[in-house]
Amino acid sequence: MAEVEETLKRIQNQKGVQGIIIVNAEGIPIKTTLDNPTTVQYAGLIHQLVIKARSTVRDMDPQNDLTFLRIRSKKNEIMVAPDKEYFLIVIQNPTD
Amino acid sequence: MTGKGSPKAGARGSASRPKSSSSAGSAKSNKSAKGKPKPSAGKKEEAAPPASECAPPEDIFPLVLTSKTQELFQCRADEDLTQENPYKLLRKEDILLDVKTRGVVSDFQPFKQLVLDYPEEEILLVYDRDFKYGNNFYLVGSEEKKEQFLHPPEASTQEEEEEAQEAPYKPPESKLWISLGSEVEIEDESIKDHRQKICFKISRIRREFGAPVKFSDHSAVKEKENYVECPSYQDKTFNIKQMEKNAGIQAIPMLVEASTQTKWKYPKNACTQYSAQEFSDEEKQKLFTSKSLKDFINSVSIRFEIALQQNEIMNAFIDDWKVLGEEESSFGGKTDTHLKEYQSFTDLHFSKNKAVSFVNWHPSIPGIIAVAVREKYSFEERINFSAKLLLTHALILIWSFSDPIHPQLLLECPDDVYCFEFCPSDPSIIVGGCMNGQIALWDISAHMERLQSTRTGGGKHAPAKATSLPGFEDPHANDTPVMRYCAVSSIESGHKAPVTDVQWLPDYYEVSRLGTPVENSSGMCLQIMTCSPDCTVFIWDVRAPKAPLSQMTDRKKAEEKRLDILHEIPDTFKHLDLTWKPLIKVALPKLDGGGEYSSMKFSLVDSHRDTWIHGNVDKFHPKTEKLESGIDYATLRVPSAKNLKGQSDVSTKFSLGTEDGELVYADWKMEKDNDTGKLSSSKPSNCFVIHDGLLNTVQRSPFFKDIVLTVGGWTFAIWKEDIMSGPLLQSCCSQKRCTVGHWSISRPGVFFIGKEDGSIDIWDLLEKTHEPSQTQNICTAPITCIKPWIMSSRQHLLAVSDEQGTVYILEIPWTIRHPSNNEKTSVSNYFEREVKHLQYFEARKLFREREKSEMEADEQKRKAEAVPPEKTAEQLEMERKTEYEEYLEVEKKILIQVGILQEAEEPLPTV
Repeated sequence: MAEVEETLKRIQNQKGVQGIIIVNAEGIPIKTTLDNPTTVQYAGLIHQLVIKARSTVRDMDPQNDLTFLRIRSKKNEIMVAPDKEYFLIVIQNPTD
Repeated sequence: MTGKGSPKAGARGSASRPKSSSSAGSAKSNKSAKGKPKPSAGKKEEAAPPASECAPPEDIFPLVLTSKTQELFQCRADEDLTQENPYKLLRKEDILLDVKTRGVVSDFQPFKQLVLDYPEEEILLVYDRDFKYGNNFYLVGSEEKKEQFLHPPEASTQEEEEEAQEAPYKPPESKLWISLGSEVEIEDESIKDHRQKICFKISRIRREFGAPVKFSDHSAVKEKENYVECPSYQDKTFNIKQMEKNAGIQAIPMLVEASTQTKWKYPKNACTQYSAQEFSDEEKQKLFTSKSLKDFINSVSIRFEIALQQNEIMNAFIDDWKVLGEEESSFGGKTDTHLKEYQSFTDLHFSKNKAVSFVNWHPSIPGIIAVAVREKYSFEERINFSAKLLLTHALILIWSFSDPIHPQLLLECPDDVYCFEFCPSDPSIIVGGCMNGQIALWDISAHMERLQSTRTGGGKHAPAKATSLPGFEDPHANDTPVMRYCAVSSIESGHKAPVTDVQWLPDYYEVSRLGTPVENSSGMCLQIMTCSPDCTVFIWDVRAPKAPLSQMTDRKKAEEKRLDILHEIPDTFKHLDLTWKPLIKVALPKLDGGGEYSSMKFSLVDSHRDTWIHGNVDKFHPKTEKLESGIDYATLRVPSAKNLKGQSDVSTKFSLGTEDGELVYADWKMEKDNDTGKLSSSKPSNCFVIHDGLLNTVQRSPFFKDIVLTVGGWTFAIWKEDIMSGPLLQSCCSQKRCTVGHWSISRPGVFFIGKEDGSIDIWDLLEKTHEPSQTQNICTAPITCIKPWIMSSRQHLLAVSDEQGTVYILEIPWTIRHPSNNEKTSVSNYFEREVKHLQYFEARKLFREREKSEMEADEQKRKAEAVPPEKTAEQLEMERKTEYEEYLEVEKKILIQVGILQEAEEPLPTV
């Protein structure tokens, strides 16, 4: 558990990181560094997007699978790494 | 003629007139008797028959009336009787009389019987111009006809109208059918049997019934008697080709009817309420500690770190083209980079031969600029001309763009004004510092409408004329109004030297009597800070102080003095006039002890936050709304220091420029001296002597709060307030004295320096730092003030004033007013680099000093060591000789080894 904490802390301390959310396969957040309403919103929306992205990748090539999803927007970048049981969502504000 | 006459008469006769024969006879006799009318009548008769051969109706009797008869009866042709009015009623008696008197000669002779028979009194004579009935007149014989003639059309129309009106609606009545012969045709059409039908009866003998039948073959073809053939044959009569055929086509759309039945669905609003699924804390904790999560995190974190670092290193999504393009667009032609003259203001009457000391734009009304003028005399000249100077008033002129010849308003000052400022929260209050050490307040709110209306370019003189009566015109109506100051500070407690800088303190804090910054509850600028070369900095308050007894006498004096004051002066600051004392006096003792700093200009660290960066009109609107209710400054009181909250986030420091070219950082906060209980200001923290003349500008950059521009003597310098070691940038000495400087309000790295020869240098820190990026000559006299202003996003103006009384308004071209991309960051980077440069320089200095001291130490050490004994000359030679011999032997050995020198063989013994 300490290891997990440590890793998360390492990620959190990178430059520009605004928040980290760990979500389970159903989209329910497990751990977060943001406030609750934001977390819930992110978890719900990004979960759906990741499912869609994953199904897209798999449809095109069933041997393939989604490893990482990065969404770059004007204000920040949202990075999602999916897994069988969990997602990890990191929101970063890239340097101007 | 006679022939003609008789058929006519005969024709007449057919109309069954009783007098036909007699009339024929009388006509003849008439013709023979009167010769004159004969040919004309005859002509007429000739003309008449071809024209109209119609037989006159029964009652019309055409006759010829000779001219004499016509005169007698006043029925002359074309005179009494005309085409339009051809009717004349003749009295029967007159006619009979005429017949009697003239007998056979009378025209009416043939009609005598008619006239006698005529039932009425008057008989109608109609002038027949067209000879409708053969003669030029005709008599109407019957009453009915007469009536008809006289009242023909009216009667008929009248009758018709009556008929139309009176006909009521009658439903159609069934009438008996009258046969018109159509039955015969119908009868013809129907088919009936004409003859009896013939009836045949055919029967067979009874005994032949039931007999056996014998069938035999029979050829149908051979014996042609058994049958009758009607073969078809080509009948030529039927071989007619139809050449033409009439056919009609009608095109109609296909009409299809179809129907379906659907279930009616209507939109319904439905909503559900849900809450996101969440785990409880224990569940979260459980999951968090699970192994699967740990593995997941371990596997995934690497990807994240790569991605995050990628983002940090470089922005992969920047559009290089776009970023490149923006900078290029500022490349304009040479003509675009010069300041173009927009307008210039000079008044021949008021500002001739005077120097402009200060210029200021009106903060809220665009296009209004206030200019302070002062005399150009030196101190001695002033003393000599003091009598003359007393008569002429010192003035501040307020100009409007709409009228470059006449100033809009003149403000009278007690003495020449060196500097003045509009109050930021109430732009109709102006405070000015005068040459004699007083500060004056003006309230121009009475003229605000005038200024605003002139700004909009309305008719300045026309309305005045329209409303005034001739003869009662006010000869001074069109003159520029003069406003006197409404309050001046007390002479004894003010400055002792000209006030060189005056500024309003910002509205978010105020200074209490104890000299500490406290919260400003009113949100208005109420305090003023002034400085003067008499080594003092004062803070004044516009509100009336609490009334201690001593001030009562002052006020009485003030009231007495004001008795003869004109009514036009507003009472806004009546409470201050002549009794105004500064709230706080800040002394500036010199750092190194001797004396005090004679301040010329200052710049507060915490001055108007962001309110004047763009000189934007909008930013003042919220404040002016507050002022709509009208502030009565007289009722405001300086609050007691105890009640106010201290404001700690306000910096009380300020930078000060002195007469000796020094830049001083001082603090106006008063501290209570614990020993004596007196309030005293702290000593200034830093002092730098950089400039070779008095500092005429100390100005904070509108973009960076800690960057200050100072201009004085032949140089200017840029400072950062935290850096105590020196200026970030100091210019080299220019050829001419720098008289004034000002930051650009739209570009962080640009500022303007005015020179003694009337030229302006435009410096762009991002372009070159060793010389101005542009120089432009504006006028021939030294420049006294530069003030930029933003009128609109397309028009940035620069007001430049000189020592000859002229104010030039120049337009700043796009290249100088438009900041490039990221200019602020570039400039701040530049400053940081300079700071580092300075720090490095400092560090190097220290290093060098250390080095130097080390070197000195070494040298001393060396000197301190014992000096080794000197060898004598002989000994030295001996040593050298032995060395040389050793060397020769070694040389020999080497040469023998090499083989160059052969060893000398011993000579053989002789035999």
